[in-house]
Amino acid sequence: MIITSTFLYSWRWIRMTCQARQENTCTCRPCKPVTLKHILYGKLCTQTSLKTQYLSSFLYYSSSFSSPLLLVLFADMAIWFARSRNIVFSLRHNLNLPGILIKRDYSPRPAFTNSQLSSKSSVFLDSFTSLRHESTAVEKQLDLVQQSDEENPDQELDFPGGKLGSTSKMKFIPESSPLRVPCYRVLDEDGRIIPDSDYIPVSEKLAVRMYEHMATLQVMDHIFYEAQRQGRISFFITTVGEEAINIASAAALSPEDVVLPQYREPGVLLWRGFTLQEFANQCFGNKADHGKGRQMPVHYGSNRHNHFTVSSPIATQLPQAAGVGYSLKMEKKNACAVTFIGDGGTSEGDFHAGLNFAAVMEAPVVFICRNNGWAISTHISEQFRSDGIVVKGRAYGIRSIRVDGNDALAVYSAVRSAREMAVKEQRPVLIEAMTYRVGHHSTSDDSTKYRAADEIQYWKMSRNPVNIFRKWVEDNGWWSEEDESKIRSNARKQILQAIQAAEKWDKQPLTELFSDVYDVKPKNLEEQELGLKELVEKQPQDYPPGFQI
Amino acid sequence: MASLLGRFCRKLVVPGSAHGSRMISTTACDSEAVKSLNLYSAINQALHIALETDPRSYVFGEDVGFGGVFRCTTGLAERFGKNRVFNTPLCEQGIVGFGIGLAAMGNRAVVEIQFADYIYPAFDQIVNEAAKFRYRSGNQFNCGGLTIRAPYGAVGHGGHYHSQSPEAFFCHVPGIKVVIPRSPREAKGLLLSSIRDPNPVVFFEPKWLYRQAVEEVPEHDYMIPLSQAEVIREGNDITLVGWGAQLTVMEQACLDAEKEGISCELIDLKTLLPWDKETVEASVKKTGRLLISHEAPVTGGFGAEISATILERCFLKLEAPVSRVCGLDTPFPLVFEPFYMPTKNKASSSSSLSSPLKKKHYLIMGLHVWCRYWMQSSPLLITSHSICFFR
Repeated sequence: MIITSTFLYSWRWIRMTCQARQENTCTCRPCKPVTLKHILYGKLCTQTSLKTQYLSSFLYYSSSFSSPLLLVLFADMAIWFARSRNIVFSLRHNLNLPGILIKRDYSPRPAFTNSQLSSKSSVFLDSFTSLRHESTAVEKQLDLVQQSDEENPDQELDFPGGKLGSTSKMKFIPESSPLRVPCYRVLDEDGRIIPDSDYIPVSEKLAVRMYEHMATLQVMDHIFYEAQRQGRISFFITTVGEEAINIASAAALSPEDVVLPQYREPGVLLWRGFTLQEFANQCFGNKADHGKGRQMPVHYGSNRHNHFTVSSPIATQLPQAAGVGYSLKMEKKNACAVTFIGDGGTSEGDFHAGLNFAAVMEAPVVFICRNNGWAISTHISEQFRSDGIVVKGRAYGIRSIRVDGNDALAVYSAVRSAREMAVKEQRPVLIEAMTYRVGHHSTSDDSTKYRAADEIQYWKMSRNPVNIFRKWVEDNGWWSEEDESKIRSNARKQILQAIQAAEKWDKQPLTELFSDVYDVKPKNLEEQELGLKELVEKQPQDYPPGFQI
Repeated sequence: MASLLGRFCRKLVVPGSAHGSRMISTTACDSEAVKSLNLYSAINQALHIALETDPRSYVFGEDVGFGGVFRCTTGLAERFGKNRVFNTPLCEQGIVGFGIGLAAMGNRAVVEIQFADYIYPAFDQIVNEAAKFRYRSGNQFNCGGLTIRAPYGAVGHGGHYHSQSPEAFFCHVPGIKVVIPRSPREAKGLLLSSIRDPNPVVFFEPKWLYRQAVEEVPEHDYMIPLSQAEVIREGNDITLVGWGAQLTVMEQACLDAEKEGISCELIDLKTLLPWDKETVEASVKKTGRLLISHEAPVTGGFGAEISATILERCFLKLEAPVSRVCGLDTPFPLVFEPFYMPTKNKASSSSSLSSPLKKKHYLIMGLHVWCRYWMQSSPLLITSHSICFFR
């Protein structure tokens, strides 16, 4: 075994040395053929650092006792790296080419002829001495050999963005990491806290409140969806599958944080105290609607609750959130902007604009991306080629985290921490909450047309955020079956009452069609209003009832 | 009467182009301190005053920190600090979106788009967000503090992407205001009004006039009301309506027309949305003719809106079709700019200014009008129509 390992080891050395001489990257002087003496005593080129010499010796001797090939391979690699780095370093140092990489000669080797080498010999003599003194530095560099791979951090390049290390190895950063960014979670599918999880503890009161809201949200989604199907409202968007993101993120924020939603986060408004009646009023566009009946259902907004009005265009709220965050920063408020976006919305230009601005302006904004796998019928595989959205944070200089969006505790902890970071450090934070859109995109969509029904069923049954959280709350003894039936029946009753009332009430007076276009009605609108009033009075049968003139 | 006839009989021929001549201010100088300023200095002064008077106002955009590519923002960052006057990344949708966010929180955001030609990435934010912010929220939220400034218009060598006049796109958006000053004095007052107006305003600055136009500008804080057109030159024979740099051209056309004996009434619209219909209507009812001029291409330009509105309101008083002297329906060319531009000779040779109305036709038309009104019988209509065509 000793003989085999010795032979293998030395064979590799001979091969390497010969290769080095062929490529003329060996700058040993004199470049004699390597003798057996060299090999047996692990005598290497003087450029090689002491450490590598020791390493090689150790490996040489230990190779007889353990698997030789792997160790030999490792040692060879280490020494090869060290040697060629040293060569490059010395060349640069001595040829006074500090900022210039050696011009790569793409013709077949050798890059330098022997004659050239000998003419530069004096140069390299100097390099010996310098490198002897540099050996400790090189040793340190060797530790970084796996990371920097031929980089020489001592050799810095200066560019407008700051100093950079350089490398003469042309290496492309791979398009993806071998491992995807892991997902932070606290609760497993059975609602049990995973041992040794980091999480912010949630009190009974808070947990029960969170669960109640998640259940109410579920009931609300169900009933309003049915109301649309019955033709009582024109449109609705549910949050089925994303209740944890809605409620847990809202619970983690302070009421002063300004929320700029996309459209699938009514739970945030529900948490903040928007009543079921107010939700119904907006959906029916009646006279009590705060939005004055101007927008489609689910376009809620409430200045009392620091919740900007929902608008249909995707991602437009993201650069606005940066502006809101900047305003809060300038006013030195203990608050941040929180804005939501879906996976599809991250393809919009406004996503790039919003994140870039928030980062450059150092605005306290928490960007929460609900990656639910679908943008209407477009699966995320057709949306982007990156590892989701979390990896994009780094591109903007934004701290980011991927969290299990179906785990209310994880979402709570992540959002709470992100919010603290955003406010204390005055910087944006990106959270990618992984989840699944169990419901259809909206009442205008039938998702079974583009995805398997059993896929939907799986997520609904086995990965249901509400069920998971309920299990945890129940396990803690904070919730019972009675509470469950009570909250659901109460919610159902309240919502039905709210819908019935909202339906009956009058619509907004006709004058609200013309107000708020500007702060004060301009002349052209006054004229148009008069004209319309006359027309409606003349032919009321052509117009829907309930609008007071 | 004879002089009236003589006046109308001759056809106008005006040589050369007066594009680029200095704007002669027709407004009287007040006794308070004034300074001779060009347009960019006047705007700079307005911005200084705006930032001074409201501590919650911000000025930002590409390159505004060092003073801006047109020097409109010189001295602001040094005086008010980089927290309030700053450069932004090169992203118009981000600039306007960020501005909307700031404005929605009650601040004044004076946003600069480097050239109006580059405003389009922000079009979604302006049209879908800024314009509808108040309305869609039921007046719970608004971004009235937003003012978007952009240099627009021909500059002599701008070509496609440094000469555009995109005002027509924005005039079609209820919820925003579109303001265009014609001179330094106007610019300062209108900009201060725009910044302080509780509605989002798109403020187009004629870049041609940044250096070319010099005027006595009062040094104090003053505002010129929005949505009020100004008759800057009184006349009786024809109304000319325009805005921005085009008014200098039209002023020249007026002077030339005057030599031929035609008295022109020149109106500066100032605010294009919402625009002052009453002033233009009153003027056209007096003169009976209208000529609209703008640099933007004629098809779908804002002149069409003015023309349609005036036709609706003043049809019976019109003596000639409404004339539009505008840019051609091409992308703004470089070497062909002198041919593209609506120059004063184009204005002068347009049908309104150059087609004389003979007195007898005037009388017959008057009769036709009377007949239509009171008799409502068709035989007269046929004859009266033929008179119109003859005219």
